[in-house]
Amino acid sequence: MADAPIVEVRGLKKTFMVSHAGGTSPLNALDDVNFDVMPGETLGLVGESGSGKSTAGRILVGLIPATAGTVSLFGRRITGRDGAAALRAVRSRLQFVFQDPYAALNPRMRVGSSVAEPLEIAGKLSRRDRSDRVAELFELVGLPKISTDRYPHEFSGGQRQRIVIARSLALNPDFIVCDEPVSALDVSMQAQIVNLLMDLQQRLGLTYLFIAHDLAVVRMISTRVAVMYAGSIVETAPKKDIYAQPQHPYTKALLDAVPRPDPAFVRAPVISGEVPSLLDPPKGCRFHPRCPLVMDRCRTEVPRLAASGTERQVACHLFAERN
Amino acid sequence: MTDIGLEAIVSTAGLAPPRRGRSIRRLFRHRSFVIGFVIIVVLALAAIFAPLLTPLDPSAMKVRFRFRSPASDFIFGTDMFGRDIFTRVLYGARVSLFVGLAVSVISGFCGAVLGVVAAQFRKLDAPIMRLMDALMSFPAILLALGIAAALGPRVSSVIAALTVAYVPAGVRIVRAAALVVRELDYVQAARLSGASALRIIVRHILPNCFSPLLVHLTFIFAYAILAEAALSFLGVGVQPPLASWGNIIAEGRDYATEAWWVMLFPGIAISLAALGMNLLGDALRDVLDPRLKGGD
Amino acid sequence: MAAAPLLAIRDLTVQFRVDAGWVTAVEGVSIDIGEGDCVGVVGESGSGKSVTALSILRLHDRATTRIPNGSIVFKGQDLLKSSKRSLRGIRGGEIAMIFQDPMSSLNPVLTVSEQISETIQQHQKMSGTAARQRAVELLDLVRIPDARRRADDYPHRLSGGMRQRVMVAMAIACRPRLLIADEPTTALDVTIQAQILELLRELRQELGMSVMLISHDLGVIAEFAQSVVVMYAGRVVEQAPVAQLFRRPVHPYTVGLMAAVPKLDGDATRLSAIPGRIPGPQEDIPGCRFAPRCGFALNSCLQAPPPTELVGELHTVRCPPQVLALGDVNG
Repeated sequence: MADAPIVEVRGLKKTFMVSHAGGTSPLNALDDVNFDVMPGETLGLVGESGSGKSTAGRILVGLIPATAGTVSLFGRRITGRDGAAALRAVRSRLQFVFQDPYAALNPRMRVGSSVAEPLEIAGKLSRRDRSDRVAELFELVGLPKISTDRYPHEFSGGQRQRIVIARSLALNPDFIVCDEPVSALDVSMQAQIVNLLMDLQQRLGLTYLFIAHDLAVVRMISTRVAVMYAGSIVETAPKKDIYAQPQHPYTKALLDAVPRPDPAFVRAPVISGEVPSLLDPPKGCRFHPRCPLVMDRCRTEVPRLAASGTERQVACHLFAERN
Repeated sequence: MTDIGLEAIVSTAGLAPPRRGRSIRRLFRHRSFVIGFVIIVVLALAAIFAPLLTPLDPSAMKVRFRFRSPASDFIFGTDMFGRDIFTRVLYGARVSLFVGLAVSVISGFCGAVLGVVAAQFRKLDAPIMRLMDALMSFPAILLALGIAAALGPRVSSVIAALTVAYVPAGVRIVRAAALVVRELDYVQAARLSGASALRIIVRHILPNCFSPLLVHLTFIFAYAILAEAALSFLGVGVQPPLASWGNIIAEGRDYATEAWWVMLFPGIAISLAALGMNLLGDALRDVLDPRLKGGD
Repeated sequence: MAAAPLLAIRDLTVQFRVDAGWVTAVEGVSIDIGEGDCVGVVGESGSGKSVTALSILRLHDRATTRIPNGSIVFKGQDLLKSSKRSLRGIRGGEIAMIFQDPMSSLNPVLTVSEQISETIQQHQKMSGTAARQRAVELLDLVRIPDARRRADDYPHRLSGGMRQRVMVAMAIACRPRLLIADEPTTALDVTIQAQILELLRELRQELGMSVMLISHDLGVIAEFAQSVVVMYAGRVVEQAPVAQLFRRPVHPYTVGLMAAVPKLDGDATRLSAIPGRIPGPQEDIPGCRFAPRCGFALNSCLQAPPPTELVGELHTVRCPPQVLALGDVNG
């Protein structure tokens, strides 16, 4: 049975105008991004800084407008003309969990009020019902009900993140974009929150777009993984495949670079160079200056995402040639 | 190792009991705050309870007693009309402190509204800020002088003139804070939930711009008192027989050598009030600033 | 190792002033760093690892910090009792430090070579030209491409990885005996992190210096350190050679921490989490500070501070033998 995807992104492009010493220049944050998110799955979106993963996440929920391309949520196109109306219609079905638990809650509002705010705005419940729902949400994320009267500064980072998650669940969304939700937390707290997110997914039938730079965390929670580099997706595959047999040279380099908690592990040689400046990206494949397998074609022609194997897509000339 | 998922409740051992009065207690531990607070409270009480502190009428002219130097019957001495300076300073406190309060509150309110509007609505930003720039390009005293002269010399003109002169600084401060707050995640979260622009401004942006504005307003209070004194001194402020610290000094100007006490005591009062407010403002800034980052 | 260690921290206790009085950030910390050693200090937030590192060079604010107890002996000299002048000579000279955020450690209005030269000239008599020449050499040493041109750049023109390399260059400018690296790669991308770690490893060998590497990342520690110190809530809980620690972690916190780290291999479907939360420094917990969260805690653990036990060669744990015996059933 083929379910319709919850999210469909086609040809997404985003350019920021940045002002600097010489004037303003366009910064190519996203270039021709294509991916789907199917109901019930967790798509892990990984990349280093400058990959555009956070920008993509925010465009998906309408916090930032797209420059070009289409984004469809639940079958409704939220980009372009009438996009704002479509977004309003589906807004209650999507949500966003932010990275920094210290910035995601209004320090002047009690946490109970912060969590109740989406309910207040939707306006469908009475005050008593809202308060019941907030208590229910607190319980759902493992926080004591009596703490709804406190202010954010009275909680630790991990507890604040739970509150942020509770707020995101207020209106029973179907799809949640999690933008580095555990990056700012300690290891022991990370484990708790990742477990919480997985439990909630099972219990409430949620679909996640999980944005992170930590490959190990992504591996735990995702069903499929998309790897981004300098504004485009370079590889998409089911979790098992991508970690066991990465195809794109960047994916390989990324996995090679992660330090393992095992002193006996011998690492492959480190890749050189840095993420390119997005103000003046390299021509052709943006990864070519650092790629150990670079060919002539890579310097001039941008590789497109193409199928490589049953459920995998790779944007690399090496694999395009094979197909 | 046991797991935390939906089952166990996270230990509440870490949730300290609510510390509502924490900021206030911290303020009182600050020496400058205590000194400033005491000064202002004493002045305010003296102003409010003036009739209880002196049986005399500030406008009562008793030529028999003119130019008495400070002594036990007239603590601050008398002026050229025989009016008791102590009484006049007390009643003058009412006017001067009221002007300070009114100017800071009103300019703060206008500054907050304009500042947030400028930060939130890009199209209005430029016109508002250019207007503020234009106002700021006049030295505050000259601007106030012009407005007060145009409106006629009375307390309300002084308040109006000084408010106009000090609004731009408030707008700058609130706008700067609002621009920062606007980008924070909790504002984005509210946008995501469909919050209206008004709701975002009132519930999220304004409350979090309050701290820098409050500190600024304590300094405006001090400036306003000084400026009122200057305006009254120049003759465009409060007119005698109504007493204000500034016009007491103004009247005493011609008799500076014979009756120096007429200028001295209101001058001390002005300095004390300005000092008190500055100390309050400094302490507030120290206590509030790190808190802006969200607590420990 | 019979020779005296290069740096010996003994029984260090550091306290900070807060509204209500003084809180203890670290207590009873003892760490030895020998010549040419690489010691990794691992812990989460609140563990006191950074506080300990900053104490070595007395970088804390004197008005709000006090050190009621302990000694830090470097080459026979107790740094805690040294004069300000003496410390200034040591800082950047024999002991150097690099931090997590290179942007806040670099002066934005000075060029790269100006900053490096400044460091050099503070410790050695050298003309401006010679110092600049040395700066360019150092930039080459830390593998910054096109070093001669880059030397005249301002920090904002450099990427995060480059800035961290500049930090390293400044730190090794006077050939320190000890380099303290406080979370040097935490703010960097994974691929850049790998490059910086490789650089530090090579420099360590070329210059024969000791390194104290502080990190919350067990992977970084495993890859880089020779011996590891595990800290929790202001105390040292376990110390061991790196292979020993990862093969057979003994302290319940170390075990829990390693279990909670997600892996790139294996079949786990759920992360093993340590219940509860890290206590803040102001929370007064008699006895073992990990006991409230410890799955093996006994009543005695909550009452008395745990003893230090030797459980292997150079392997010590702060945990009573009865608890260790329980843990051994699993490990």
